Amino acid sequence: MVRLFGPLVGLFFAVALLWSFGNGAYVAITEPAAPTAEKLFHKHPKEVEFSFNGAFGKFDNQQLQRGFQVYKEVCSNCHSLKQVAFRNLADLGYSEPEVKAIAKQWATKAKTFDAKTGDAGERDNLPADHIPPVYYAGQGSPPDLSLITKARHEGSAYVYSLLTGYQDQPAELLKQFPDAKTPEGLHFNPYFANLNLAMPAPLTDGGVTYADGTKATVDQQAKDVAAFLTWTAEPKLDKRKQTGWAVLGFLLAATVLAYLAKKNVWANAH
Amino acid sequence: MSFPWANEYKPSHPLMQWLDEKLPLPRFVYNAVGAGYPVPRNLNYMWNFGVLAGVCLMIQIVTGVILAMHYAANTGVAFDSVEHIMRDVNWGWMLRYAHANGASAFFVVVYIHIFRGFFYSSYKAPREMIWLLGVVIFLLMMATAFMGYVLPWGQMSFWGAKVITGLFGAIPLVGEPLQQWLLGGFSPDQAALNRFFSLHFLLPFVLAGVIILHIWALHIPGSSNPTGVEVKQESDTVPFHPYYTAKDGFGLGVFLILYCAVLFFAPNALGHPDNYIAANPLSTPAHIVPEWYFWPFYAILRAFTSDFFFIPAKLMGVLAMFSAILVWFFLPWLDTSPVRSGHYRPLFRKFFYLLLVDVAVLGYCGGAPAAEPFVMISQIAAAYYFLHFLVILPLVSSIEKPQPLPYSITEAVLGTDEGAVLNANPAAA
Amino acid sequence: MADEATIDPAEVTGEGVRRRDFINIAAVSFAGVGGLAVLYPLVSQMSASADVLAESSTEIDVSAIAPGQAIKAVFRKQPVFLRNLTKAEIAEAEKVDAGSLRDPQTLEERTKPGKTNWLITMGVCTHLGCVPLGAGEGEVKGEFGGYFCPCHGSVYDTAARIRKGPAPKNLEVPPYEFTSDTVVKIG
Repeated sequence: MVRLFGPLVGLFFAVALLWSFGNGAYVAITEPAAPTAEKLFHKHPKEVEFSFNGAFGKFDNQQLQRGFQVYKEVCSNCHSLKQVAFRNLADLGYSEPEVKAIAKQWATKAKTFDAKTGDAGERDNLPADHIPPVYYAGQGSPPDLSLITKARHEGSAYVYSLLTGYQDQPAELLKQFPDAKTPEGLHFNPYFANLNLAMPAPLTDGGVTYADGTKATVDQQAKDVAAFLTWTAEPKLDKRKQTGWAVLGFLLAATVLAYLAKKNVWANAH
Repeated sequence: MSFPWANEYKPSHPLMQWLDEKLPLPRFVYNAVGAGYPVPRNLNYMWNFGVLAGVCLMIQIVTGVILAMHYAANTGVAFDSVEHIMRDVNWGWMLRYAHANGASAFFVVVYIHIFRGFFYSSYKAPREMIWLLGVVIFLLMMATAFMGYVLPWGQMSFWGAKVITGLFGAIPLVGEPLQQWLLGGFSPDQAALNRFFSLHFLLPFVLAGVIILHIWALHIPGSSNPTGVEVKQESDTVPFHPYYTAKDGFGLGVFLILYCAVLFFAPNALGHPDNYIAANPLSTPAHIVPEWYFWPFYAILRAFTSDFFFIPAKLMGVLAMFSAILVWFFLPWLDTSPVRSGHYRPLFRKFFYLLLVDVAVLGYCGGAPAAEPFVMISQIAAAYYFLHFLVILPLVSSIEKPQPLPYSITEAVLGTDEGAVLNANPAAA
Repeated sequence: MADEATIDPAEVTGEGVRRRDFINIAAVSFAGVGGLAVLYPLVSQMSASADVLAESSTEIDVSAIAPGQAIKAVFRKQPVFLRNLTKAEIAEAEKVDAGSLRDPQTLEERTKPGKTNWLITMGVCTHLGCVPLGAGEGEVKGEFGGYFCPCHGSVYDTAARIRKGPAPKNLEVPPYEFTSDTVVKIG
C-alpha cells in the first residue's frame, strides 16, 4: 500500500510545485520585479568601534553617562525609556544621592491616582520608579527606546548611523524614482528602512555640553547615545561576558578531562 | 529484553539489596543506561546525540519551570514581565537566554539525531517503533517550541501565532471555526496567550513520557550501529557503562562549550530583532519569519504559489508542510533495501547527501524574504524533498547493488572474527 | 564463548592508584562541581529581585498628621502605622510600669529621642499577622487607647505595647530615621 500510494503522493506534490514554479517563472520573465528606491538606496549600518564590541568588550561608564545626558536633554522629549528605572542609573557610576536627584528633577513627573476621589495627580519620581512614559502629540509615534538596539539588526551601529545619516535626497534617486521624493514633513535618511522618517535630525554640534569636557560633536553624541541605548537594552552585558568566560574556562578543563577519561575507559576495549 | 550476556545487577550493600527487593529502581537504571545494557562496540560520535537531546530537554524543563515563576501570561504585561526577568530577577538574564538558546540547541541536536537515522536507516525493522515514536517526539517539540515563542508577546510572537493558526483556516469547511477555536477568538489575544502558556508548560512532560517509550522501544532490539549488522555475540558489544557513559560525558562537554559560547556571547544571534518590540496587532513586521528550526518547513509552505486544479495554493501549502513531516512515518516501508547502513549503499549515499543540501537550501529560502529567486529555488527544492522520500528511496532500494557487509561488528572493528570461522565450520563449535 | 573479547567492567575501573584512575576521578569530580555551581543561580533566582529590593525603604512625609491622628502607610508591602501621640497619650504610656508588661519596653525605647510623640510601628499583629484597628479614622482603639486586633482580640496601648489578648510581643518598631523634621525614612 505504502509503496503504491507513496510515489503517487510524491509525484502529486512535485507536479504541483513545478506548476507553481512554471507560473512563477513565467511571471518573473514577463513582468520582472521593478527595483524599488528602498532596495537600491537603503544602507546597512556603518562600521562603528564601540568599547563593548567583541567577546572582551565592556561598557565605558563615562561614555554611558554622556549618552544618558544626550538622552535626557534631547531624546527624552519624545521617546520613552519605560523598561529602565532610575535606580538602574547607579550602574553607570552615579551615586545614590545623584540617582535620587536625577529622579526628583526629571521633567516628566510620575502619575498618581487617588482611589478615593478618582483624582489624577503628579509627584516627583523616586529611584524605584521606572522612567515615566512620554506622551507625544506630534506627527509620527516615537518608539520606546529601551530595547531599540536589540530590536534592530546591528542595533548599536544602527542608532549611530541613523543619527548621523541625515542628508539631502541623492539626485540619482530622484532621477530613477521621481515619485519617491521625500514627502512634506518627513526627512530623508538612507539608514531608515523606508528611507523617510518623521523625526528630524535631532542632534546638533554643541547641542549638549558634556560635563567631562568631551567635545560634543554630532558624531560624538550619536556614538554616546548609541552606547547608552545599548546599555538600556542589555544592562547585564558586562556580567554576561564575565560569567561566560568563567563558564567556558571551566567547561574546557572539564571536557579535556572527560576526553582523557573516555580514552582511559576505551583503552581496555581495543 | 536484553542479550543473554548482559551483566546482572548484583547489589553488594545490604541497603541496596533491600531496595532491590522492594523497588528495583537501581536495577532498572542499571539495565537501561548502566553496565547491564550491552551496546554495539562500534558506535561513532553520531550516536551521542540521543543522550544530548535528553540533556536539552532537561535544560529546557529546569529553566522553563523557573521562568514560569516570574513570567505573567497576560497580554498587558507579558512583554514587560520578560524584561523584568532580564533585568531584575537574580540571574534571570542567564536563565532566559539559556531557555531561548536551549530551544535552538535542542533542535540542532535532534536534527543531527534524525539525519543520523536517515543515513544509517535506523528506522528499519526491527526498530520501526523507535522511529515512529521519534517522529511523534519531533512533532511535540515543534508544537512546544511554537507556543513558547508566542509567550514573550513580541511582534514575531504575535504575528507568528496569527500566521500559524491561520494555516488551519485553509482547511475546507472546518477551517475558520477551527482557527477560532484554537485561538479562543478572532485573533491572538489573552485567551490564546493563556492557553499557549498552559500547553507550553504541559507538553514538555508529555514529551518526556514519549521519550521514555522511545528508549523502552530501543531496549527491545538494542541500539543499531554504523555497520547496520545486528549484534551476534558478546564480543560485538560493550556495556553502556562505563564505555558509553564516558563517551557521552565527553560529547556533553563539547556540546556545552558550543551552547554556552552562544548563550554568553551571542545570545540574540538566533532570534529575530522584531521580537524585542512589544506585540502590536495593528502593525505587521515587514518580514515575518519563524525561528530558524522551522525554516525548511516554512519554505515548503510558501512554495505553493499557484492553485493546483481545484485545490487552492494556501491549502496545498498547508498539506505539503504537514506531509513533509508525516512522510517520515512511512519511511520504514518506503525504503525496502535489506542493507541498513549508508556506508554500504553507494547510490543511496549520494541521494542522502543531496537531501542534506536540499534541506539546507530549503532552510535558507524559508528564512529569506518571500521574493524571487528564493520562491523559485524553494519550489525546486521542495519538489526534490517529496521525490526523495516517496519516489527515489523506494526506487533506489530496488535497483541498488549494495557493497558486501562485514560478517559481524567484531570483524568490522578488529578485522577478523573467530566467530565467522567457527560459523563456517560447525564441527568446531 | 569468546572469552578473550569479554570485557570485565571491574577491570576498567581497576584497583590500585594509577594515573588513569586519577584522571577518571578528576573528570567525575569536575562534573560534580559543575553541577553544584549550576545550582547557585537556580536557587538564588527565587530570592527577592532587584525591583523588590529597591522598595526596601520608604520615605513618608508626616507634616500633615496632627496630634492624636495616625496614618497607615506601606512599608515593604506591609502596613506601617505612623501616629502623632497627644500629651495625654504620652503621659498614659509613661505611667505604666514597664516591668509589669508581657514585653517590657518603655515608650522612650520605642521612639526616637526628642520625637517621643512619633510612634512608628508595623501594622502587623504579633499574634498571627492581622492588621490591628486604631490607626484609621473612626476605628476602635481598644480599651488601652492604642490598637485593637479584631482577629483574636489582642489589645495594644498608646505605645503599641501588648496589654491583653494572645499576642506575645509589642507591635514591631521598624528601623527608621527622621531625615528632616517632617520626613521619616523607614528601612
